[in-house]
Amino acid sequence: MAVTQKPTSDLAASVGLTNDDLVEMYRLVARARAVDERMWILNRAGRIPFVISGQGHEGAQVGIAWPLKRHFDWMAPFYRSIATCLTLGMTAQDILMAQYAKATDPSSGGRQMPGHYGHVGHNLLSLSSPVGTQMLHAVGIALAAKVRKTGQVAMTAMGEGSSNQGEVHEGLNFAAIHKLPFILVIENNGYAISVPISKQLATENVADRAAGYGIPGVVVDGSDVLACYKASKEAVDRARRGDGPTLIEAKVIRLTAHSSDDQQTKYRPEEELADLRSHDALPLFRDQLREAGVLTDELEASIAADIKREVDEATEHSESEPDPDPSTAMRWVFAEDWPSETPPAWGFGKSHGLEGHEGDASAAENAVD
Amino acid sequence: MAIRTFIEAIRDTLGEEMRRDDAVIVLGEDVGLKGGVFLATDGLHAEFGDDRVIDTPLSEALIVGASIGASMNGLRPVAEIQFADFIHPAFNQLVSEAARMRYRSNNTFGVPMTIRAPYGGGVHGALYHSQSVEAFYTHVPGLKVVIPSTPYDAKGLLRSAIRDDDPVLFFEHKKMYRSVRGDVPDTDYTVPLGRAAITHAGTQITVIAYGLMAHYALEAADVVAEEGISVEVVDLRTLRPIDKETVLSSVRKTGKCLIVYEDNRFGGYGAEVSAIVAEEAFDYLDGPVTRIAGPDVPGVPYNHVLEDWFMVNPEKIADGIRKLAAY
Repeated sequence: MAVTQKPTSDLAASVGLTNDDLVEMYRLVARARAVDERMWILNRAGRIPFVISGQGHEGAQVGIAWPLKRHFDWMAPFYRSIATCLTLGMTAQDILMAQYAKATDPSSGGRQMPGHYGHVGHNLLSLSSPVGTQMLHAVGIALAAKVRKTGQVAMTAMGEGSSNQGEVHEGLNFAAIHKLPFILVIENNGYAISVPISKQLATENVADRAAGYGIPGVVVDGSDVLACYKASKEAVDRARRGDGPTLIEAKVIRLTAHSSDDQQTKYRPEEELADLRSHDALPLFRDQLREAGVLTDELEASIAADIKREVDEATEHSESEPDPDPSTAMRWVFAEDWPSETPPAWGFGKSHGLEGHEGDASAAENAVD
Repeated sequence: MAIRTFIEAIRDTLGEEMRRDDAVIVLGEDVGLKGGVFLATDGLHAEFGDDRVIDTPLSEALIVGASIGASMNGLRPVAEIQFADFIHPAFNQLVSEAARMRYRSNNTFGVPMTIRAPYGGGVHGALYHSQSVEAFYTHVPGLKVVIPSTPYDAKGLLRSAIRDDDPVLFFEHKKMYRSVRGDVPDTDYTVPLGRAAITHAGTQITVIAYGLMAHYALEAADVVAEEGISVEVVDLRTLRPIDKETVLSSVRKTGKCLIVYEDNRFGGYGAEVSAIVAEEAFDYLDGPVTRIAGPDVPGVPYNHVLEDWFMVNPEKIADGIRKLAAY
């Protein structure tokens, strides 16, 4: 502390944080962007077959996840939640390992597509591809927190497209009835793949629906990291007090196509795409912190260098890790092995092609008895 | 040792498990003050209160989805789906989520949850209160599917299900709730998941059944015994993981196999049993693997004449046995 000139700027004080907090939040937004950009480069270079991106959502994700207690509160993320996962403890390497789907990928050991993050050590719940299902898991986690009186808060995030699933209604209704310590975050980027908001909602905001459940619905500018933080802090405090759930809708932007398999110029007007960068939280937050004297040229350069090194090392590490061994592919259907679950006739060889077939003949014979 | 009905055995087990482990909660529609539409949870609310006996809204996906979440955060939920017919809105949660959670997270998350649901016909329940839904779920790796036929097994298997670290679907034939009685010891015994029982020893034909059909198979075995046909009845008890060893060793002994199930015949659970027997006991078979199963109509019709036509009963099973015995 002695060497710090001014631990709390006016900006930090205005939201009840320290300068260190703000710098760390900036680092997370920048790290998420750098990891994400690396993913696209690796995809274009043919190193990884698929990318689904969080670019444009990072500022909202960092601000909203920041008030959660690490390793204590729970988060059920979605496929754009890179910055959320980084904020709650996953590393750049953890995220890149999921892109490469290597054996040591902490999210799934290479079993899931990229983007399906999860980490038990950080209370980040494993996610699937059918959208909106995680809603009910987070509600159930919050129910357990209430029944067990743990003081935990459970949060989930999803896009506005997912908010149209029936499970979202079922979950909000139940969470509201029981005043569960639960927060639903809608990251509204205006598109469900190609379908614009005008064909997804009859109301202006997803948050307008909150009134139907008798809970607060808050709309926040997703390019304003600290506004997102404030909205989330209020919701987390409210949940922890036992006053029930909150729906937070962050209006964010989607800077990329839906995924590496999507061509967004087919359905997004040129002028819209040209204007996106002016709503990007990364430069906006950087300018805000520089203006407040929290971020200097020197600090910014050192953060950029740190992140580049992290991402380079994470890429190299992920490249060098082994693929999962097919002999492990039947493990963890259940907690224990079940002899009656029949292995395939071709055993556990690594080759599936007609040429150079390396199937384990003895295993195959055993399998067909 | 006490004589208990099937539903009493289930109710006793729920209460005992809740007393044994604070993590066990019950949730579902009408499970609270009413004690469930079949009274499986009667008295639990009075003893354990609102926090552990939760009346849910009519939201089956929520009942299962929230149970998944709660099981991730330290609870062992035992959810009741009021009728198996109404479980379909929760199909996505069961199949995409509960079944896949452990596999997709490489064993870092698991779902220690039990879903109870009354199934089956013969009770004037018509299309939407009579369904047998087990085949939808036995198809899915990662789900355990249990269908007990006696109060003893109901108690021992429900204990095992609640204490298991993976999701278990526990289907109870509603016609058996009050019509089936049996000895239930006062001890903390369990019946392991994945183990069938030979409930009637015989030498000429193996009849494989579960749930209500396991009773009807026994009745049919008695009928044909008088005609000189010796039947071995295998009560599967757990459908998945299946106890292949017991099934195959019985068929290898008798050389003939009849599978009985109440669900629609086409693509029903018995089709898989038939395939296993055909593939793995072919050299021992002295006749075709055959099935007696529900007709392929979209539901059990209501009118009692039509319902009787639909339902597999001991006479229909005995006919199947006679035909197979003639090979």
